[in-house]
Amino acid sequence: MTRPTAAPSTAAARCPVPVRLPVARTTPFDPPEELGRLRADDPLRPLVYPDGHVGWLVTSYALARDILADSRFSARSELKRVPVRRPGAEPFIGEPALPGWFVDMDPPEHTRYRRLLAGQFTLRRLTRLQPEVDRIVADRLDALAAAGPPADLVELFALPIPSLMICELLGVPYADRESFQRDSNALFSLKVTAREGAEAMDRLTGYLLELVRRKRARPRDDLLSGLILSGGLGDAQIAGAGVLLLTAGHETVASMLGLGTYALLSHPAQKERLTAGAVQADVAVEELLRYLTIFQFGVPRSPLEDVELAGRTIRKGESVTVCLPAANRDPDRFELPDELDLGRAARGHLAFGYGVHQCIGQNLARMELRTALPALLRRFPELEPAVPAHEIPLANDAGFYGVHRLPVRWQDRDAKRTG
Amino acid sequence: MRVIADRDVCIGAGQCVMVAARFFDQDDEDGLVLASASRVPEDTLGLVREAVSLCPSDALSLVEDD
Repeated sequence: MTRPTAAPSTAAARCPVPVRLPVARTTPFDPPEELGRLRADDPLRPLVYPDGHVGWLVTSYALARDILADSRFSARSELKRVPVRRPGAEPFIGEPALPGWFVDMDPPEHTRYRRLLAGQFTLRRLTRLQPEVDRIVADRLDALAAAGPPADLVELFALPIPSLMICELLGVPYADRESFQRDSNALFSLKVTAREGAEAMDRLTGYLLELVRRKRARPRDDLLSGLILSGGLGDAQIAGAGVLLLTAGHETVASMLGLGTYALLSHPAQKERLTAGAVQADVAVEELLRYLTIFQFGVPRSPLEDVELAGRTIRKGESVTVCLPAANRDPDRFELPDELDLGRAARGHLAFGYGVHQCIGQNLARMELRTALPALLRRFPELEPAVPAHEIPLANDAGFYGVHRLPVRWQDRDAKRTG
Repeated sequence: MRVIADRDVCIGAGQCVMVAARFFDQDDEDGLVLASASRVPEDTLGLVREAVSLCPSDALSLVEDD
C-alpha cells in the first residue's frame, strides 16, 4: 500500500478527529448507524480518504442540498476523490471526464449534454412510454409465475424491467444484454479490481461506439439516433453518453425494485397500505426512494475556490463527499426519518441528487417503480422471501446498494388447480 | 403571485411539471420549463411553491403581482 502523497489539507488542522466513511450496516435497509451519530455531532466534518487526504463528509440535508446546488463545487472527474477503496484503484481520479460522461463535467460542457438530452426525458414523452412499461411489467410477472415458486426476483423482475426499458429508449438491442449487464455491474462494483473495471468500461464503450456507427448509417426512432441527428456531438461523445445512460439507467432502478420489494415484504403494514390503495403509488415510491437511498457512498465534489460554509472553510481542491443516505435520514428535514412511512410527504428527498446534476432519468425511474411494485404485489399477494434474511446477499460492495438476489415464493394457485 | 422561470439555468429535470402540471410544462425539443404567464391561482399556490423549492437548478421564483 502506498502512503499518501496527500494533497495539502487544512481540514485536519481545524477540526478534531477526522473519520473514515462508515460503511458497516447493521440492518438491510438502514444506512450505517455511525452516519447518524456523525450528523448529530457535526454535519460537516473532516473525512479521511483511502489515500490519506483529509477532506469533508457532509451528512445533513440542508448542507447536502446547499453544496449540490452551489456552482463553486465542481463535479469534474479530475478533481474527484472516492471515499471507499477499490482494489488497485487510486481514490483520486485525476483524469478528465471520458467523452460523453457529462456527470463528470461542469457547465458549460455539462449544460450542452443536458440540453441535448432533457427533451428526451420530458414527462410528456415518458407518459407515451407508459403502455410499454405496462407491457414489460406484465410480461415479467408472467415470467416470474412460470419460473416459480421459488424464483429469484432480481433475475426475473428487478433487473429485466429497467434493462428492457432503457434499451428501448436508447435503441440498444436487448439481445446483447448478457455482456452489457455484466460489464455494467463491474463498473460500479468495489469487488472487481480497477483493471477489470477499466476493461469493462472499454468493452461497453466499444460496443456503444459500434452501435452509434451503425445508427449513423441508418438512424432509427430512438435516443441515440436523436443525438446523432442533432449534429452537435461526435461518435465517441454519443457512445460515452450512451454507456452512462445505459448503465445508470438499469443498475439503479434494478436496485430499487429488488431492495424496494424486500423492504415492503419486511414491513407488512406498509405493504398493506400500498396494496389496499390507502396510499398512492407515486407517494409510496418517493418514500421508498428516500428511505433506501441506494447511491450509498455519496456524491464527490471539490470546490474551485475556498468556500466558507457552516463556520468552516473548505479550501480549493479539498475533496467533499455528500452523503445522500445520511441527508435523507436527517431528523431536521424528515420526522422520524428511520421509519418507513409510505404515506409521508417525502418529495424533496435527495435520492436523485440535487443541483444541475440531478438524475436526468428520475422520472423514468419513478414511472417504472410506481408501475412495477404495485403490480407485483397485486399479482402475488402472499409474496415472501423464500430464504432467511441472512441468506439474502446485500450489495454492500456496489455503488448502488441493493440485493444481489432475492429468492421469493408465493401461493401457487395455478399449480393447485392443475395439480 | 406570478412565476418567473429562468430558462438559461433550467436543466429540464421536470420537477415542476411533476408537482404542478397545471401551471408548468416542458418544451418538447429541449425539455426546458414553460411557465404559464398568468397569475398563480390561490388553490395552486401551495403546489407552485413546492415546485419552486424542488427545482434543482433554482430556475423558478415567485414574485408579487405588479
